[in-house]
Amino acid sequence: MPEDPEVNQNRFGTGVGNNTQRRLGNVNDQSKCACSCGCITAEDPRFAELKSYIDSLNQEQGITMPVLQEAQRSFGYLPLEVQKFISENTGVPLAEIYGVATFYSQFAIEPKGRHHIGVCMGTACYVKGSQKVLDKLVEELKVKVGCTTSDGKFTLEATRCLGCCGLAPCIMIDDDVFGKLDDVSRIPDILGKYE
Amino acid sequence: MGNVNVTVNGIEVSVPDNYTAMLAARQAGVEIPSLCFLKDVNEIGACRVCVVEADIKGVPMRNLPASCILQVAEGMNIRTNTAKVRKAVKTNVELILANHNRECLTCKRNQNCELQSLCDELGIDQVRFQGEKRKPTIDNLSHSIIRDASKCILCGRCISTCRDVQGIGVLDFTHRGFQTEVAPAFDFSMRDVDCVYCGQCIEACPVAALTERQYIDEVFEAIEDPEKFVVVQTAPAVRASLGEEFGMPVGTRVTGKMVAALRRLGFDKVFDTNFSADLTILEEGTELLNRVTTGGVLPMITSCSPGWIRFCEMKYPEFLPNLSTCKSPQQMFGAILKTYYAQKMGIDPKKIVSVSVMPCTSKKTEANRPEMEVDGLRDVDYSLTTRELGDMIKRARIRFANLPDETADSILGEYTGAGVIFGATGGVMEAALRTVADILTGKDLKDIEYNAVRGLDGVKEASVVLPIDGKDTEIKVAIAHGTANAAKVLDAVKAGEKDYHFIEVMACPGGCVHGGGQSIVSAQVRLDVNPKANRAAALYAEDEACVKRKSHDNEEVKALYNEFLGKPNSHLSHKLLHTHYAPRKVYECQA
Ligand code: SF4
Ligand code: SF4
Ligand code: SF4
Ligand code: FES
Ligand code: FES
Repeated sequence: MPEDPEVNQNRFGTGVGNNTQRRLGNVNDQSKCACSCGCITAEDPRFAELKSYIDSLNQEQGITMPVLQEAQRSFGYLPLEVQKFISENTGVPLAEIYGVATFYSQFAIEPKGRHHIGVCMGTACYVKGSQKVLDKLVEELKVKVGCTTSDGKFTLEATRCLGCCGLAPCIMIDDDVFGKLDDVSRIPDILGKYE
Repeated sequence: MGNVNVTVNGIEVSVPDNYTAMLAARQAGVEIPSLCFLKDVNEIGACRVCVVEADIKGVPMRNLPASCILQVAEGMNIRTNTAKVRKAVKTNVELILANHNRECLTCKRNQNCELQSLCDELGIDQVRFQGEKRKPTIDNLSHSIIRDASKCILCGRCISTCRDVQGIGVLDFTHRGFQTEVAPAFDFSMRDVDCVYCGQCIEACPVAALTERQYIDEVFEAIEDPEKFVVVQTAPAVRASLGEEFGMPVGTRVTGKMVAALRRLGFDKVFDTNFSADLTILEEGTELLNRVTTGGVLPMITSCSPGWIRFCEMKYPEFLPNLSTCKSPQQMFGAILKTYYAQKMGIDPKKIVSVSVMPCTSKKTEANRPEMEVDGLRDVDYSLTTRELGDMIKRARIRFANLPDETADSILGEYTGAGVIFGATGGVMEAALRTVADILTGKDLKDIEYNAVRGLDGVKEASVVLPIDGKDTEIKVAIAHGTANAAKVLDAVKAGEKDYHFIEVMACPGGCVHGGGQSIVSAQVRLDVNPKANRAAALYAEDEACVKRKSHDNEEVKALYNEFLGKPNSHLSHKLLHTHYAPRKVYECQA
């Protein structure tokens, strides 16, 4: 019998969007598995609420958008479990739902942490060592770029010029800017300020 | 519906008013190029390579309308060959090419690619636009289907086919802009989603973005190995399509040449799946009679189509007890080959390599189902498609058209007309009725053509009155082809609106003749010919040409029962020829 196909593309079967990563310029491996994220359990009461919302809609009309909007509002993001639930309860194929969810920027597939960290990758910051800053954050938070820490506290992203090049290299956490981060050992203290 | 008068490049034609400009042009003898258009399936006007200049009674239409979705109107004047049109079409194709992994020489669709022919026909000699290109991302984790996004031109033909024709919806446009990719949800591999591997998306794809997983090299290697005894079986529908790989008209029957080619490829024995189709009828017919007379689970549903089996396991698990426990003819053949045949011929079954040629991509996954083996020996080692056999014949440089007609080897090569028609929708039902009616009446009935079960209606129904336990009983049957139609029938049964004794389901529209492993017919050719009808006609012609047309008249099958199995549904039959099913979860990692 032929061997099982060689698993030579780590993206497949992980259920993690390669595109998401490509957009962020990070095409390295992704071991996090969206299909077992575990943050939302089947017993979550929000599923029942979503079900009654779906039932309240007129099935004749395009219901994908309003249902996705409601789910986004209630869960904060649209992981596999939620999209699967929507597919099963509307009869709309999962791929179509996923297609809509990834087309409009109002929807998020990955959970968003309570705090958003943007690491500036603009030219000035880059030249001044923002890669080291990013690496340090990846190490401290134990997440990949574009992902959210398992405690849901931080989402780490790389951004374009933040407009404060004089402070390069700099990062932005929510609305606060932290500059002159050449000394990356300051980073744990900065993170410590956030709950 | 009336007719309207339109002009195409100065030629006046009168066409039905529901025609598109593209069809009107065709009637006027002009072929408008197309890419995303697939008749009745994908009419979304996305690629814009079919644009024309048009005016209605002298009032020009704005921009250049896409002729595949432009409905004709009285007095419409269509021009397909102006400088403006040529320039626009060329630009549109060049834009597609700018983000296409152009490696025709090493591409599976080389010389059989709609994009490639289009470039040739349009005289594209350069690509003026340079930009970032999609990376070759290859999903080859399933046993049946390979997806390469770098070849995809985002035409959407696979999406519409899977969602609207098959009623499943595995693929869709995901993400947006440059990142747009036609893929399953969450970038899952096609191994892990609700794909039934019917391959209808492959048939729809104009390029090499969707292809079957091939086992050609493995089979050639086995043939060359002197230690191996390599045996091949060919499914009924293959003979109705293989010729197309060599430029013959769609639906040319090439049974004899196919056998000759397989011998020349070096297979030790060339047998026929029709043999085990006849065998299936005896097992399945007996199972049906048992269920009817002993109050078993009804309706009984056929189990020869692995795409259908997967569909049932995923979407209608409540019907699993209704499925016939019979393995498919492909698997039955393999099981008999490595037991009865091996014993009788004194061949070590471990040395036998069991190869099948199927019109089907789902058969590859079926052959790989863990339970499809007997005493650790796989029923089928390699399942090839019609296209792969075509490729093998080409690689061996056999001049197919010049081959003589030969017949399959005995003792697993004899078949009746009933086995042949398995390849068309309604065929399994008709074959079963031929045998069941004879058994119940105890007569050799002459009236054996059940026309109600033939043809391309999505769902067909029929009933026959047969004596059961001395009482005339109406046996009600239904036939569905394409998974969307199967769902309709099951929903009706579930709702109690319909009750049947026996249902035939084939996962592919038209049945195996239009399986996902058959020769690919381009969208333009499909405007003129219906591959389903042509190929089915080839099979019914072969049935008519057969002296024996009932499965229970097959002498080699009779010998198999006398010498080995005993009788249908015997203990040994159950061990070798029957199987079981289980609900299947999807959208989960299956690594
Ligand atoms: S898909 Fe067609 S155009 Fe693209 S590389 Fe293959 S043969 Fe060439
Ligand atoms: S093989 Fe069939 S079920 Fe799978 S994606 Fe293609 S059309 Fe859909
Ligand atoms: S995979 Fe093929 S059929 Fe599907 S969108 Fe891409 S090119 Fe078209
Ligand atoms: S480059 Fe970082 S703020 Fe401008
Ligand atoms: S827009 Fe008409 S064929 Fe694509």
